[in-house]
Amino acid sequence: MRYLSWAYMAVIYLFILLPVGALVLFSFQDGRLPVPPLKGVTLDWYAKVLADRDLMAALGNSFLVAIGSSAVALVLGFMAASGLSRVVLPGSVLMRGLLIAPMTVSYLIIGLGLLQVFNTVGVRPSLMATGIGHVVINLPLCFSIIYAAMGEHQRNAMRAARDLGAREWQVLALISAPMLAPALAAAFFLSVTFSWDEFIIAFLLTRFDVTLPVEIWSMLRSGLSPATNAIGSLVFLVSIAVIVTLELTLFRKARK
Amino acid sequence: MSIERLERRQGAALVAPALIWTIAFFVLPFAAMIWMSLTHMEGRQVVNEPGFGNYLRIFTDPSLFRGIVVSLEITSIVTVLSVILAWPLAWIIATRVPERWRRLALLLAVLPFWTSYVVRSYSWALVLGENGIVMQSLIQIGLLDTPIQIMATRAATIIGFVHFFVMLLTLTIYSNLVQLSPNYARAAEDLGASRWQVIRLVILPLTLPGVVTGAFLTFVLCMGDYITPQILGGNSELTLPQLIMLQLGRRGDYPMASALAVVLMVLVTLAYAGCARWLKMERV
Repeated sequence: MRYLSWAYMAVIYLFILLPVGALVLFSFQDGRLPVPPLKGVTLDWYAKVLADRDLMAALGNSFLVAIGSSAVALVLGFMAASGLSRVVLPGSVLMRGLLIAPMTVSYLIIGLGLLQVFNTVGVRPSLMATGIGHVVINLPLCFSIIYAAMGEHQRNAMRAARDLGAREWQVLALISAPMLAPALAAAFFLSVTFSWDEFIIAFLLTRFDVTLPVEIWSMLRSGLSPATNAIGSLVFLVSIAVIVTLELTLFRKARK
Repeated sequence: MSIERLERRQGAALVAPALIWTIAFFVLPFAAMIWMSLTHMEGRQVVNEPGFGNYLRIFTDPSLFRGIVVSLEITSIVTVLSVILAWPLAWIIATRVPERWRRLALLLAVLPFWTSYVVRSYSWALVLGENGIVMQSLIQIGLLDTPIQIMATRAATIIGFVHFFVMLLTLTIYSNLVQLSPNYARAAEDLGASRWQVIRLVILPLTLPGVVTGAFLTFVLCMGDYITPQILGGNSELTLPQLIMLQLGRRGDYPMASALAVVLMVLVTLAYAGCARWLKMERV
């Protein structure tokens, strides 16, 4: 059974890591096609990708949308979680359900609905429109992470602050936010990862200023190319770097 | 004003912005989409006369109905295959891998999660193509004479999907497994169960909530995904999301796209109802 386990693990790791391995390996291909045999190693494709203005603009757009929409989702989710954990309002359960509902719906449907409404009221496809869509998908996430982190302990501290004369915004900014910092950070970075890689809403709701996944999508139309491998590898490396940094700083502290 | 009423008012004021956002940009568009699905196109104009024409066409026009069948078939195959492949991996990591290597093993098992989704599908196209690594290796070792066509078939779509969902399911099942007390297995062994019986009769049933949660996520994400079938499956047989995008892009037929989206939504809701017993979504 032991050997069987190791053999199974080896096969499935091969399956899981094969495409990424091929992606990175053939991003160094010294030739026009990212397929075997490997003709030699070159960094030309990376240079080409980094000098590509459309790609770099798309990269910037992706960061802008990801950080902007995550910040809005975080603030709205934090406020809603504080409000709902504070008092039992009539219809609390309904409100919670409504806030989480977008999580259960396919992104394609959310994008399609927004596209129709934006068309009707005359909002043009833009990064702003995409950002609005990304807040819709990330708000449920932020809300539920923060809501779950808010325990009796937090509630008592907030109540004490209020009794001592703190205003509502002071309670939120000086008491809840620092106490919930790990949850807030987790919610924010998860949102950033989702938004930064989101394709279908961005595809439907942008036209000229596109985000990175949409730009990569249009690169794919010209077929296989080591340049696509290079940009894919770069995205991968950046993500890994972010994850490792988070793991070493934030989550290590949170676990203690 | 009593303190209680003040508290309530403040609570409501805090919830309001998020609620307004959700209603304006989720509920309203959703309602608009349902309304749109009841209208139809005449020429290039949307006619606002509610009716069930689009739905009737979806279920009578073979080229549209086929999309539902294809989507359901692919999704079921992917869900079953992913569970079958992911469960043993999660179990091996949770029980066989020494504790200090566990986090690393898990991280390696989900590493490609962090590539861009579009790139991940593309990288399978790279690997599975006629000149890709897989075909070339199979020819090298003499198992094949000529490459098999996998790209632009259902097989490619399924491989791409299974790759993604094995990672997802490994995570959900693993988190379920590590929560189980080892006492269950010990008790069963004391009572004379063989190791295989312990897994089959004790551990497996106890991980069912994790399996169902993961399978449901797989179902929802797989049904609604456009990227993987479009990049890997090509246009030979279209899934529901591909049909929706086709109606939008080539035809500009919003009413039909909306009707198809509503059908997609209903299928996911049915799946949810089927798993509801096991799913504790509010704890996500």
